[in-house]
This record gives sequence, structure tokens and C-alpha cells, in this order.
Amino acid sequence: MTSPAPDAATVRVAPKARLQWDEVRQRHVLLYPEGLVALNETGADILAMCDGTHTLAGIVTSLQQRYGVEGVQQDVTGFLEALAAKGLILFERG
Amino acid sequence: MMSQPLWLLAELTYRCPLQCPYCSNPLEFAGGRFRNELGTEDWCRVFREAKALGVLQLGLSGGEPLLRADLEQLVAAAHEVGLYSSLITSAYRLTKDRLAALRRAGLDHVQISVQAADEELSNYIAGTASYRDKLAAYRWTKELGFPLTVNVVLHRKNLHQVRDLILLAESLGAERIELANTQFYGWAFHNRDALMPTRAQLDEGWRVVQEERARLGTKLEIVWVLPDYHERYPKPCMGGWARSYMTVTPAGEVWPCHAAGRITTLKFANVREHPLEWIWHHSDAFTAFRGDAWMPEPCRSCPRKTVDFGGCRCQAFLIAGDAGVTDPVCSLSPHRHLVDDAVAEVERTAAVDAGEWLYRAAPNSRALAAKG
Repeated sequence: MTSPAPDAATVRVAPKARLQWDEVRQRHVLLYPEGLVALNETGADILAMCDGTHTLAGIVTSLQQRYGVEGVQQDVTGFLEALAAKGLILFERG
Repeated sequence: MMSQPLWLLAELTYRCPLQCPYCSNPLEFAGGRFRNELGTEDWCRVFREAKALGVLQLGLSGGEPLLRADLEQLVAAAHEVGLYSSLITSAYRLTKDRLAALRRAGLDHVQISVQAADEELSNYIAGTASYRDKLAAYRWTKELGFPLTVNVVLHRKNLHQVRDLILLAESLGAERIELANTQFYGWAFHNRDALMPTRAQLDEGWRVVQEERARLGTKLEIVWVLPDYHERYPKPCMGGWARSYMTVTPAGEVWPCHAAGRITTLKFANVREHPLEWIWHHSDAFTAFRGDAWMPEPCRSCPRKTVDFGGCRCQAFLIAGDAGVTDPVCSLSPHRHLVDDAVAEVERTAAVDAGEWLYRAAPNSRALAAKG
């Protein structure tokens, strides 16, 4: 039921979700009604860019530059599509 | 590693304008044990201590939390420390102004119950004319931009409405609908014979849920809370005793779940006397069944013990009279026949349905307490 993530759409954390630092467990979490997703450093970096100004392609480029790696598009897309399926991020056409 | 709590259910008061016969609050809610409600400062301290201990999710519940005049202050305090807050309410007499004030204070999510899909049945089950208030509050919740959960407790008198309830939630633009088959604690245990559905009702309800899930996809999340008396294995209650969850009751007792206060063999500490951290790590009620060292057979050697954690301690106490035995709903439990008998009795009598329930109301609570 997931709609495919379009490269040109901007990405935004859904209003019902909140990205937050969990001091006790030393990790970022995405909080939402009756649940949460625990994030590793990369996941938190990706979600920090999901602010309605970055596109999927832009996030991929930025990550590749930051970590000096290539070919992360599939992983980032899969990560965001899984969150979109839970309604936690939104793809918005510009 | 020592576990840290993620969830705090703050039962702000046991006062409630509704009288639902399936209420999970204690039968003796009107008695002295629960009457001396924590003040604003106490709750704000509890929220700070909970956050420092690892809690991220806060449920503001009751009773009816809207009866607390300081609810806006409590929401603001929870928001300030970074708790994700959910208001769990009947929405009775709620106004749009108050909901907007709660939004400004930082409330994250609103969960509003409804007792049935139509006004007459919903009001009958609630024991209070509340359906119209609920429908208005659903609309305001969406207008103000909150995520909305519609919560329905299912039982013999409303299980035939599963599809209508889902359609109602869909028409309201809700994100989630919780279809929670009655769990038999508190008033629900007292009213068990009047509430328990038949196997045929449950099968039909589940069939409709699957159909509607296929139709709605991600548009509306449909949560189906299993009717555990009709299952083969117990639920992983609370994700395991004292692993991630705690309830603070109106007068400050801290319980590992919202039904645990009924277990007379446990001692419960109070936030008026102890820091939350000590209560979580060291109090009698929290350490009694943490981990698996307490487990008897058949749990001890069972591969499912890491799946369901032996089931529910409260259910073991209510049905078998011992909180330290395998949950009697487990088909491997030596007490399973007690559950089978209750289920069979309903299958025998549901067709004539003479089952009358006792409404959850203060006079009934006091009368039950007087009877002992």
C-alpha cells in the first residue's frame, strides 16, 4: 500500500510525529501516538533533513557527502518508505 | 541490563461522569485508598522523575482527566520535560476552547472513546448521555490539528457494530481506531458474564476487521486488541511485568499496570513517600515478577516464556487466586478449565441474554465495598 517515494518530492516528518533526543538511552527517537521508532545516527541524520525543504535526492546527496560513501539511495528510500507506510513522514510534491 | 520504563499512565482522578460497565478502574475506586488525589506539584515532579528514568510516552487518563482543573498545567509540565502526551478521555462536556488551550500547552495526541456507533446504544453503555459531546469533540480534535485515535471497548452488546465503528472513524478522519476487546479486570471482571461475547461474534468481528484493513490500507490504522479468554496462549501483558510500563494512580500509588492494585499479596509504594526511581527499581510490587526467576511450570521450561512472559499476573490472581502462577488463559495452564467454564457458560446463556451489568458508579462502588 506504500506509495513509491518520488525523488523530486520534499520530505517532512508528519505533524503527529516528533524527532527527539533520548538522553537516558543516548539515541534519537521518533515519537508518535502509542509508539516510537529508535534511531541510529544515520537514521537521525536523515530525519533531521525531513523538514519540508529537502527532497529525497537532496538527502541522498547530502548523506553521501557527509559520510564519504556512494550508493545509499536504495537504503534511504527503503527507510523513508517504511516510515511513510506508518504515516510518520510525508512526501510533498513541490 | 536493568530495564528502563518507556511508558507512564497517569491516572489523574477516578472521578468520571461516565459509568461504563467494562471500566478497568478498581471496583473500590470511590474508597479512601484513592480519594486523596495528588496535587499539581506532585504530578509535575512525577513527570520530571519519569522522564529522567527513561519514560518517553505519557498517557493522561483516569477516570476522566478533564475533571482536573489543572490539566492544562499538567500538559505544559509534561511538554516542558519532553514527554509525548496523549489525552485519554470520554470528551464529556469538553469545549473547543479547552481543547485549543490543551493544544497550546503542548498536548500531542487525543484519544476519545465511544461506546457504540449510534447514539442510543452508546449512551446506554456509557450510562450517561455523552455521544453528541464525543462527535463534536472528534471534529474539534481534527480541526485543531491533533492526531486522533477513536477508542472502542468491544463486548457482547456492541461487537455487531465493528464495521459501523470503523466507518465512523474513517468519516471523522481519525488516524487510528482501537477496537479493544474487553479485558476482564476491575468492573469488567465483575460484569464478565454480561460482557463476554460469543465465539461467533468474535469470529465475525475479526472477519470484518480484516476486510476493512484491506480496504483502508494505511488510511486508517485498525488496532484489534485480542479477546484473550478465546485465545490459546496468553497476551504478553505490558510487554512483561515491570519491563517498560508503570501506572501512577490518583492518590500516588505506583503499579506495574493499571489493574495490579487488585493483587492483595503485593505492597505498592507511593510517590508521596519515595522517588519514582526507587519505586521502579526496588519496590516490592515492581521486583516481585520482573524477569523470569519467579516462574513456575509450565512457564519455566516453556519456549514461549520470552514471547508472553507468563501472561498476566493480575489475571492469574483474579482467576486462580495466585499472582505467581501461569496466566490461566494459557492452554497449558492447570487452571485453564476455569476460563473454559466461563466461556462455555456464555455460549450457553448468551442466546437468552439475561446478563445484567452493574454500572461503574460511586454508589455501586461503595455498596460493593460495604459487602466486602
